[in-house]
Amino acid sequence: MSSTKQELGQEFRHDFAIIASWLPFGAKVLDLGCGDGALLQYLKASLEVRGYGVEKDDANWLACMSSGINVIQMDLEAGLSGFEDQSFDTVILSQTLQAVHNTEGIVREMLRVGREVIVTFPNFGYWRNRQQILTGNMPVSKSLPHQWFNTPNVHLCTINDFDQFCENGNITVKERLVLTDNKPVTFMPNLMGNLAMYRLENTQQK
Amino acid sequence: MQENNSVGIVAPQTAHFAAPLTLKSGAVLPQFDLVYETYGTLNANKSNAVLICHALSGTHHVAGKYSEEDKYPGWWDNLIGPNKPLDTNKFFVIGVNNLGGCHGSTGAASINPATAQPWGSQFPILTVEDWVTSQTLLADYLGIQQLAAVVGGSLGGMQALQWTIAYPERVRHALVIASAPNLTAQNMAFNEVARQAIITDPEFHGGDYYAHGVVPRRGLRIARMLGHITYLSDDAMGAKFGRKLKDTIKYSFDAEFEMESYLRYQGDKFAGEFDANTYLRMTRALDYFDPALEYSSDLSVALKKVTAQFLVVSFTSDWRFSPARSREIVKALLDNERTVSYAEVTAAHGHDAFLMPDPHYHAILRSYLKNIQVHNIQPNNIQVGSAT
Repeated sequence: MSSTKQELGQEFRHDFAIIASWLPFGAKVLDLGCGDGALLQYLKASLEVRGYGVEKDDANWLACMSSGINVIQMDLEAGLSGFEDQSFDTVILSQTLQAVHNTEGIVREMLRVGREVIVTFPNFGYWRNRQQILTGNMPVSKSLPHQWFNTPNVHLCTINDFDQFCENGNITVKERLVLTDNKPVTFMPNLMGNLAMYRLENTQQK
Repeated sequence: MQENNSVGIVAPQTAHFAAPLTLKSGAVLPQFDLVYETYGTLNANKSNAVLICHALSGTHHVAGKYSEEDKYPGWWDNLIGPNKPLDTNKFFVIGVNNLGGCHGSTGAASINPATAQPWGSQFPILTVEDWVTSQTLLADYLGIQQLAAVVGGSLGGMQALQWTIAYPERVRHALVIASAPNLTAQNMAFNEVARQAIITDPEFHGGDYYAHGVVPRRGLRIARMLGHITYLSDDAMGAKFGRKLKDTIKYSFDAEFEMESYLRYQGDKFAGEFDANTYLRMTRALDYFDPALEYSSDLSVALKKVTAQFLVVSFTSDWRFSPARSREIVKALLDNERTVSYAEVTAAHGHDAFLMPDPHYHAILRSYLKNIQVHNIQPNNIQVGSAT
């Protein structure tokens, strides 16, 4: 049991711990679609990151402010024009990729602003999702909690899809981890994995 | 009836400054008064003071009433009071009438000690920088070394920003609301039309109308009517007045539409209580404010020495101080890795929204102000920045 878990009094999030393991202590971090600021709070407590969140939702904005998170209210779809090139150590898009319209544009913008990029998303290729489709319904689960008619998700993808996207886009995958129920998955990740986590950088940088 | 979260009955006070003040223009004010009000209690180590900077036509009377019978409270009463977003149980709040104002602070209508006549046209042109300097003198006078926060909307937001640039060690937080790092040409153009309305009024007398026992009422009225159009959004005006007629069409130039009556009423009211020389100078201070100018118009460089933490707020329908202008301030702060949060409030009221008690807007201010520490502050122990 980690001390951070006790301090924050929250459910232990393995994906948060993995993101933290990909960041240097005191990193300058931009969290896009930061929600209520839980990840940034965790990273502040564990790594003393200098963090900013970007969030468009009013209620989430207030939740961030109440937790003492720096939060910038803007719509990701408009790009990151308020942020200079390579001005952050890491730009994070945690479980938000599937809900953005201009997916490619946003990943490009993240790679412009951050020296490194972390993207996590629910793997649509997870066997439980496939099973629900085989039985004739759109998947509804803990990681995809919405019904087809009220979901904010517009660009669901599989791990294979995202691997291909990176390859075609000249994006280097520095690390990839796949989780199911907070546990790492190495065997057939596109089938067995629920949450995909990528650590990316520009290929041309090297 | 007294609201239970009002600061209650308040009274203005006057601080006299006998030492000459050299202004940015080079002109010297030999002495001056600042009229101010305070709400709440200054704590023992004087670390809970919040200064409210007013906009074009604001005053030091920010909250409370002068008597039980008073019809209206101060201009930002919905924000300030016990348990209100700017909580006077926690903070000591200061409202001040800017230098050059017409509500008690030394201005063009005051007596020039050199001539024993009203200053009139001889009263100098003031800048945002001058106001902030004079406000630091008021803080000195009140024994306050460092403000917990400076809060301002519109032109008031410019003053809050200027505090953080010119006196970084004297302010811990800045709340810059519906403001801009400078005015656009279009925005300045409105000011120019307003000034021309006043200056070309036959009763302006070059600014020395006091001696003639008249005021350039027509000019001031038109200036205010113009201002009111720009403070509202098209949608807000549409919702408020639409094309509603007061009666039937009369084929005249009378105020037949309700919008016309509103503008005329606002113009008349203002012309009866505001000084034209003050209006001219306030708009000029707006025009001249441009802290990036001496840094090759690079705001990020201009804000390098800033150490304060920021809350920047804009309103979606505000076209006179648009969200894009607030985002320029946010970007310059981000470029300097400063502590900043930014809220873009969905609001229909245009620029006027910053004075409205919108629940979400007030929740934003409340949550930010709640996080401000007022205890265990070492006034001279500033942590960020290049200075030691």
